[in-house]
Amino acid sequence: MKKQSKVARVNRWGYIFLIPFFLTYVIFQVIPLCSTIYNSLFENFRSGLKQIGPNFVGFANFAKLLGTIDFWNYFENTLLMWVGGFIPQILVSLLLAYWFSDPSLRLKFQQFFKTVIYMPNLIMASAFAMLFFALFADQGPVNSILVSMGILKQPFKFFASVTASRVLIMFMNFLMWFGNTTILLLAGMLGIDQELYEAAEVDGATSSQVFFRITLPILRPILLYVLVTSLIGGMQMYDVPQILTNGKGTPANSTLTVIMYLNQHLTSKNLGMGGALSVVMFAVTGVLSIVIFNLNKRKD
Amino acid sequence: MEENRKVSKGIPVKTRRVISYIVLIFFSLLCLIWFYILLINSTRSHAEMTKGFTPIPSTHFVDNWINLVNGTIPILNGFINSFIVSGGVAILASYFSAMTAYAIHAYEFKGKQAASAFILAVMMVPTQVTALGFIQLITKMKMDDTLLPLIIPAVAAPVTYFYLKQYMEANLSMSLVEAARIDGAGEFRTFNSIVLPIMKPAVSVQMIFAFVGSWNNYFTPALILHSDKKKTLPVMIAQLRGADWLRFDMGQVYIMIAASIFPVVIVYLIMSKFIVGGISSGAVKG
Repeated sequence: MKKQSKVARVNRWGYIFLIPFFLTYVIFQVIPLCSTIYNSLFENFRSGLKQIGPNFVGFANFAKLLGTIDFWNYFENTLLMWVGGFIPQILVSLLLAYWFSDPSLRLKFQQFFKTVIYMPNLIMASAFAMLFFALFADQGPVNSILVSMGILKQPFKFFASVTASRVLIMFMNFLMWFGNTTILLLAGMLGIDQELYEAAEVDGATSSQVFFRITLPILRPILLYVLVTSLIGGMQMYDVPQILTNGKGTPANSTLTVIMYLNQHLTSKNLGMGGALSVVMFAVTGVLSIVIFNLNKRKD
Repeated sequence: MEENRKVSKGIPVKTRRVISYIVLIFFSLLCLIWFYILLINSTRSHAEMTKGFTPIPSTHFVDNWINLVNGTIPILNGFINSFIVSGGVAILASYFSAMTAYAIHAYEFKGKQAASAFILAVMMVPTQVTALGFIQLITKMKMDDTLLPLIIPAVAAPVTYFYLKQYMEANLSMSLVEAARIDGAGEFRTFNSIVLPIMKPAVSVQMIFAFVGSWNNYFTPALILHSDKKKTLPVMIAQLRGADWLRFDMGQVYIMIAASIFPVVIVYLIMSKFIVGGISSGAVKG
């Protein structure tokens, strides 16, 4: 009896050690989330010098948000630029990780290559975007090189072209994430039982057969994990297009993402619409998080 | 494996090796070339750059830096602010995440499963969706335009917790903790003097990740910091982009980008072995 009470006393420290996390989380995440949801139910913005509201309007902000074409345009921009970065990212990462893990290739300088391709992931996205803006400017070094090599007759205005602007953003997303994905996939590939490969070898399988029939199917859970986490990250795409286009999503709103739209509402203090947009994005990422959560649980 | 492939229809291993080296070198160059141009251009003066690009560095590196420091953007304040915020976040996130992980790992109590499931569930909730309420709260707490609201929330860092808990499960044996208890050490002291030292490798990697994440963070600081002298580096870079930048000294633009990027690059190059190892340690268990 005495021993049990001592154990109980020790275990009370479990609660005590959890206090900092939960106290901070409730104050700085849960309360803001609740007030964001609360705000989404009110009409509350400035029109010129006049303050409108706050007036309770129920779900009118949501109807307005989802009923106008703007939100869907920006949603489409975000998805499109995510997909355009993700497809090359996953293909290149699969290929590189497969080569790194292939024992018959015995690649040297692996640590060097991994270090280099992972580096863009740690670079400040806003500085990286600013760098690309300077490099691809009308009078910037890229145009200067292309013109001097005779590839272009005159400087190409990258930031006036919808396709070029979007492709640049996709390319930067690709560059910042393919190293990270390579390393994640490599860890998965190195975990595959070598006996499977030996059995395939006995049966005389070629390396592409081994890749498509053994490696890919076993990697499926990790691929799904990479897909969903990348999609969640993609929905939050902000720094790169925001800096590259000075927050305007130029040309013609073609690079304006959902979070840039949210930022516009936040800076113009349109709390009702900003709240509604936040709640919609919370729901979208929430659904995607449930997928991740179940994946993690299955692994444990 | 190798011998067998030669007889089968597959491409010979030597050819595949050459192809993979070429592709790897291509992607490495694709990653490095931007930083090379950045480095070259930060050594050139504005006048030199208007004449076009050359791959050879010039001699204006120090001039550009002096011009930037004496210019309109209070860059040194930016550095100090970024260091305070990122350093604070790194310390709070790693220490309290280790503490949270220890609570879940080492103790048996009612609601433990629920607490652990909750932290996992909120791991992916982006900060942007609560930003509206966050700003209102910060304004009410009179912390608007200060660095504190960028630092304190790091106490609750679910991702850091997740990695540290994975590491703890594999590396912390409870018999050590039991031994400390028998010696009469209190629970708090045991955590600080026994558990933390064992966790040191994982804690230091997570500190770097937390530092870098905060150093690069742009969305929240841009909404909270208003006065020039309180801004962090990413906010200043955005300001530079918003300025009438065609009339700006491009030497200053490049050196500012370089100065914001290279502290992280240097730390990374020194620690790369641990960092690259740390990425995959938690997320993928096979």
